[in-house]
Amino acid sequence: MAAGGELAAVVGVGMTKFSATRGDVSMPGLVREAAERALKDAEMEWEDIDAVVMGKAPDFFEGVMMPEIFLGEALGAVGKPMLRVHTAGSVGGSTALVAASLVHSGVHERVLTVAWEKQSESNAMWALSLKQPFQVSINAGAGGYFSPIIRQYMEETQAPELIGCMVAFKDRQHALLNPYAHLHQPDLTFDQVVESPMLWEPIRYSETCPSSDGAAAMVIVNETEAEKSMNPAWIHAGAMRSEANNFPGRDEVNPQASRECAADLWNQAGITNPREEIDVAEIYVPFSWYEPMWLESLGFCERGDGWKLVESGATHLNGGDLPINCSGGVLSSNPIGASGMIRFAEAALQVRGMAGEHQVDGARKAMGHAYGGGAQYFAMWVVGKDKPTS
Amino acid sequence: MRKVAIVSAASRQEEKMLDNEVEMMVPLISEVREETGLDQTEIGFTCSGSSDFLAGQAFSFVMTLDAVGPVPPISESHVEMDGAWALYETWVKFQMGVIDTALVYSYGKPSPGSLQDVLSTQLDPYYVAPLWPDAHSITALQARHLLEKGEISTEELADCAVRAGTVENKEQYFDQPTLADPLRQADCPTYADGGVAMILAAEGKAEELCEKPAWITGIDHRIDSHHFGVRDLSTIPSAKKAAEKAGLYKAEIDLAEIHTAYTVHDVLLRKELNLPLNPAKSSKNHPIKAETLMASGLLRIAEAARAIWNEEANRTLAHATSGPLMQQNLMCVLSGEKE
Repeated sequence: MAAGGELAAVVGVGMTKFSATRGDVSMPGLVREAAERALKDAEMEWEDIDAVVMGKAPDFFEGVMMPEIFLGEALGAVGKPMLRVHTAGSVGGSTALVAASLVHSGVHERVLTVAWEKQSESNAMWALSLKQPFQVSINAGAGGYFSPIIRQYMEETQAPELIGCMVAFKDRQHALLNPYAHLHQPDLTFDQVVESPMLWEPIRYSETCPSSDGAAAMVIVNETEAEKSMNPAWIHAGAMRSEANNFPGRDEVNPQASRECAADLWNQAGITNPREEIDVAEIYVPFSWYEPMWLESLGFCERGDGWKLVESGATHLNGGDLPINCSGGVLSSNPIGASGMIRFAEAALQVRGMAGEHQVDGARKAMGHAYGGGAQYFAMWVVGKDKPTS
Repeated sequence: MRKVAIVSAASRQEEKMLDNEVEMMVPLISEVREETGLDQTEIGFTCSGSSDFLAGQAFSFVMTLDAVGPVPPISESHVEMDGAWALYETWVKFQMGVIDTALVYSYGKPSPGSLQDVLSTQLDPYYVAPLWPDAHSITALQARHLLEKGEISTEELADCAVRAGTVENKEQYFDQPTLADPLRQADCPTYADGGVAMILAAEGKAEELCEKPAWITGIDHRIDSHHFGVRDLSTIPSAKKAAEKAGLYKAEIDLAEIHTAYTVHDVLLRKELNLPLNPAKSSKNHPIKAETLMASGLLRIAEAARAIWNEEANRTLAHATSGPLMQQNLMCVLSGEKE
């Protein structure tokens, strides 16, 4: 089973160091840093690339309208096709899938894809709260939007209050193993997470993602090119789904778009039991509670059992059988537009055996996941060490 | 390559529209779905193009998605680009062999703001944008460069203005004062609110949905350098390359729908592509008279398809541009024959 069309694989991955302010680089410098690392990893030069696909979240985050137009040159895109994807928070994942589609379709052989955000250039809270005529402005930010949904999950599943803190503590411990992660808090204790200020009940300060500058890049190639690579990450499946923000009967805890996207993904990848068949997953968790919520929605466990997986330690790199977000996840680095691509790229690193200290031993199949909007946009992929069998 | 055709399109442009983006798009999306008899659940992929900087709101396309009615969920994507590039992403998806039908739409509503100034934020944010050069002024710099190089003449600009219908005759053109020297009002676009929706289908399905499908026989897009000091402003290499790759020169075209919002761009692009100047072969709705950022390119593709449906033409070129001074260009060749 496979994603459709010709086979494609990731042969190069590059990321920048993520931090609150990358004042040492311009926007072109930031994207180029990630892209150069991806090219080096792929053992390619700029001229080897056929097309460039860029993704990022709202342009208001930097205050530059359609910034790919001025960034094309920094990415060696002059004279080449260049696309700019924007699908809300899932954009990093969607961008990777659009880049992959250029190869699956047979249109191109070697595609560079880059997703980034330089949040320090502007103010995300301002960008997300621009007043609109005839619309109620909640001015609550993402945390305020998602906290009632998390509370609903807790009510429905009777999950213990501290599950979210366990996720946050685990991801910050994972982050210590990832040199690129934004938050490195070696002295953080579980009690400190629990005692951190309540921001949007039930979400504590330490259960939220940071605001980061950063970029991620990948080189995606066709089968012929991939076979030249020592360790390609073969794309086994890719899926995107969107649903409306608001409609009667909408399940906001476990959105239909999420479930259908996952079902399509597993079907493409020929996976019938994700818990057994996926060795490691990078899931988009900007607020701690989204780990158990997505574990259920994606079919890693039954509905209501996600928090039990967390509580059992199954999602921990150290000793868990389904390690989640070994890189530290969105909770440790969040350059919004890049966050989805980081998930996809980390999944690729895992099956290539290149994840360094946060490598899951013997990982052969990994999942990358991203979501956006009011939990209504989804992008997912499965990558494997082995070539997909048709 | 898999054969893909445009089988239905609906569009609307007005100088100032009171409807919001959702209200604008609902009738257009409904029209193309009704014309093809396709329910949203029967459409394999949906893709759109728009800009947050026109809506003045982050994630503005999320709101507009309501116009599609994505319940149950749909397979969908969005580009922060003119809809012509959404069509390109969709065409690629067809080539993967995973879809047989698709909905593509795009829209722009510049009337609430000053697009002239908004476009300044598209320029290099470190060296150029802080000077707030507006769109007409930078185009005027390019026009001056072309005039001084002898590549174009003011006579050609005047002829283009008459052809586009921004003035009735050349006397009227030369009577106008310059707006951004050497450009006159007749050389510059009138911005309009608007949107366009279309349905695409693959061979086998397209013939069922449309009597005379407009087949995409070639499509390609390229980008040039952004930096005015690096680019040779008297040429558009990206347009030439995209035209070649899209197969423009494989056979004669009957009609060209080009996305040129300024006379100087019209004259320059026609020279670059060797396009005929015969008025009968020019666009009927010249973008100078109604330029809708983010939709104009897809609108050109819709017009080029309509000419095939109406049997006014058999092989047409549609062009879309993006970025300052036609930095990025897409070429789409359509035909009544599958070729």
